[in-house]
Amino acid sequence: MNLTIFLLALFDGIAYAALVFSVAVGLTLIFGVMRILNVAHGSLYAVGAYLTATLTGYALALGFAPLLAFPLMIASAVLVGVLVGGPIEWLLLRRIYNKPEVLQLLVTFAVFMILEDVQRLVWGTQPYFQAAALQALGMVRVFGVNYTVYQLILLPLLALTLLVGLRFFLRHTILGKLILATTEDREAAQSIGINADKVFLVTFIVGAALAGLGGALASPTTSILPGMGADMIVLSFAVVATAGLGQIEGAAFTALLIGLGRSFAVYVWPETAVLVPYLIMLIVLLVRPEGLFGSPTARKI
Amino acid sequence: MTLRLAIPALLILAVAAIPFAAPQLQLLMNLALAKGIAVVGVTVLLRAGQVSFGHALYFAIAAYAAAFLSASMPGADLALVLLVAISGAVLSGIVVGLFVVRYRGIFFGMLNLAFSMIFWSILEKFYHYTGGADGIRLPRPTVFGMALERGPFELIMFYLSVALVLLLGWFTIRWFASPTGQIFQTIKTNETRLQYLGVSPQRALLSGYILSAALCGTGGVIMGIVQGVVTPEFAWWIRSGEMVFIAVLGGAGSVAGAFVGAVIYEAVRVYASAFAGDIWQLVLGGFLLVIILFAPKGVIGIYDAALARLTGKGLTGKGRSE
Repeated sequence: MNLTIFLLALFDGIAYAALVFSVAVGLTLIFGVMRILNVAHGSLYAVGAYLTATLTGYALALGFAPLLAFPLMIASAVLVGVLVGGPIEWLLLRRIYNKPEVLQLLVTFAVFMILEDVQRLVWGTQPYFQAAALQALGMVRVFGVNYTVYQLILLPLLALTLLVGLRFFLRHTILGKLILATTEDREAAQSIGINADKVFLVTFIVGAALAGLGGALASPTTSILPGMGADMIVLSFAVVATAGLGQIEGAAFTALLIGLGRSFAVYVWPETAVLVPYLIMLIVLLVRPEGLFGSPTARKI
Repeated sequence: MTLRLAIPALLILAVAAIPFAAPQLQLLMNLALAKGIAVVGVTVLLRAGQVSFGHALYFAIAAYAAAFLSASMPGADLALVLLVAISGAVLSGIVVGLFVVRYRGIFFGMLNLAFSMIFWSILEKFYHYTGGADGIRLPRPTVFGMALERGPFELIMFYLSVALVLLLGWFTIRWFASPTGQIFQTIKTNETRLQYLGVSPQRALLSGYILSAALCGTGGVIMGIVQGVVTPEFAWWIRSGEMVFIAVLGGAGSVAGAFVGAVIYEAVRVYASAFAGDIWQLVLGGFLLVIILFAPKGVIGIYDAALARLTGKGLTGKGRSE
């Protein structure tokens, strides 16, 4: 492995980690607050990617500049959050907060199955390519390696902004504090007048929008095709579980760990690239069942 | 009480008569029975309050073990193929099980999913050994040294499946009633109490997990032999999801429900795919939601309620179908 390949693997890993992080952070946020593992999260990611590709395609066909792709990404993410995420929480999840964990899993799994087919109905089975955003920013040369500005600079910057922004949102804004209070103790929060239903709805919309944003950001760098949601939900679960469910900062670290592990595997032994994330997760969970950053929960008797 | 015994007996007889009364249904029914056996595996875990989104893993491991055996040993006997395939599923069940029984709920479900995705990608990527997405052929095994034609062989497989359904169904129900099975089900109701009794919940869950892997493996190898080809699709998450779906449809935790659910599912799938092929998962997902929200006891629950009304007796403890 020479320096060029090392750098390529490093950059690939960072860019990939940034994408996975934005999906995984939504998953871990929803779990942290609502104690529900949203299996449909992968579908929201896929819908975000499809929506961005379609909207960008329209915009380009109408003669707008390729730079318009960036606001469209944000717009897609918000649309996914409000139009897909909102109804899911409003119509379904709200009914099952008191049901056993297994039933909650089954419900989000059912939503996942439904959304997989909805994608196929709306966008067909042909892969989509929409690299306007990637090309609009051009290339950069680092230590003799050419790499896209989009993946090397924009994606990691965005991921960092997300991390810092989410931290600020949760700790220093009223809404964020309401969310934290509800997470800590739902009944106590309600008794001091916090509308827990609303907090859950907002959290789910934010989480869903983050999944959509991950898809939107991924859309210029990959071909968008059916089945991408299934891969992503398992991968982001691996990230979230390795970090410890509900750990936002931890998810950033493990996304990087898994992203780098995967990209180095691509260059060293390509067949195993798919396995590396799971191997990392299995090894971590063998040693620390609550994840790298999770704390063991006291048992309620 | 007679009605309660007569209806299942009549159903079994009706299934056994299919090769003569309605030969065109024989293959469909055989696949449904194979799937039903696998679904019982998922049902077992539901009894402990756990759901696995990755049990297609054992389905596929058994089918591939059978295919590899037949490839390296042409004309292997059916009994040997079954034995090796199911042992493969059991062995992998022990290895994976030792790891996953430390977890419950979400982690249990998702770790199983991760294992099945790992196996699926191995099957897809290492195509020199596994034939990639095309899979590998599983030639017809010999039966007691005889190389049979297609017709008689399919007939033997059909009755073998029926026999296995009865045998394994009976065994599973007995197992639930056994001390090990009772301890296993306590994981759902009160795991802490198990620990206070000095019983290891991990070990109890492992025993059920191995049983479920064996059942899924049996279903998988029958499916592979009947179809004559095994593909990575056997291990795909949609397969696992399908099994969970059927288990919930039939009645979560009911062995008979698993078979009834599998037969209904296969029949609907074959006849509905003509006009709903594109939205099949959508239909499944919608149905799953309806069952969970409005009929949590599944088909067996509805059947029990109807039977109770017919016989004019309320359902008291004992009336629950296994």
